[in-house]
Amino acid sequence: MKLERELACRQVVELVTAYLDDALDPVDRERFEEHLVFCDGCANYLEQMRATIRLAGGAGLVLPPALESRLLDAFNDWRTS
Amino acid sequence: MVEERLSREDAELVAGLRAGDEAAFRALLQQYGPGLLRVAQMYVSSRAAAEDVVQEAWVGVLRGIDRFEGRSSLKTWLFRIVVNTAKTRGVRDARSVPFSSVEDEGGTVPPDRFFAESERFPGHWSVPPSSWAGVPDERLVADETLAVVRRAIGRLPEAQRTVITLRDVDGFDADEVCNALDLTETNQRVLLHRARARVRAALEEYLG
Repeated sequence: MKLERELACRQVVELVTAYLDDALDPVDRERFEEHLVFCDGCANYLEQMRATIRLAGGAGLVLPPALESRLLDAFNDWRTS
Repeated sequence: MVEERLSREDAELVAGLRAGDEAAFRALLQQYGPGLLRVAQMYVSSRAAAEDVVQEAWVGVLRGIDRFEGRSSLKTWLFRIVVNTAKTRGVRDARSVPFSSVEDEGGTVPPDRFFAESERFPGHWSVPPSSWAGVPDERLVADETLAVVRRAIGRLPEAQRTVITLRDVDGFDADEVCNALDLTETNQRVLLHRARARVRAALEEYLG
């Protein structure tokens, strides 16, 4: 990914996922980080995205009970075989 | 056995499983079960077929656990077994949403949050997001906040919902998700980014 010399916030917000996945090339990564030093809005945006990711990690669903008991049966068959 | 590269938690689960410890198996199901079911669901059309894939895969896990050498993480190993089981079950059914085509939708943050081109700081925040550093932890991890996240994920278009669920809820890495969904790296990232942006916006509305 190649970027213009000067980054506007509108562009920075679109790069957050690439940044977090370490998919920006080194020059762009540096430009992105430089922008954050001087821009509280974008620094907050990045922090909010990080918090969003953490919270999504806590939003996990549970295994359907019927499937869980099938799998436990399979486990017990395996253990006693 | 070479297991020094496994996390201590994974190593304990593996040891427990080898010893036939049901608690270890339950812990494993709780941690990885829902994610692996979702992975299976990518390959087959019905929920029942996905559950069969998962059952067959877990039996494969139990039979193979003695040979697991810890060269990959436990999660990656489980993921591969489920994907391989699903693939040998037959061809992927036609999906209702073409994951491979990602259309340009413009920015993920509403344009009125930024100054217009004609203004003094074009493209810079006119309504910047505030810091959540001041939000108390109790509020941030409260059930209501998680409910906001779940609802926001539930309202996403299917391709975005699938990608954010696999990446952020279930914690699979980008390569694994690209592989499971037949997505390019770029499209995977675009879908994930849009999904996260919408969930963030829902949280911003709730938390301020």
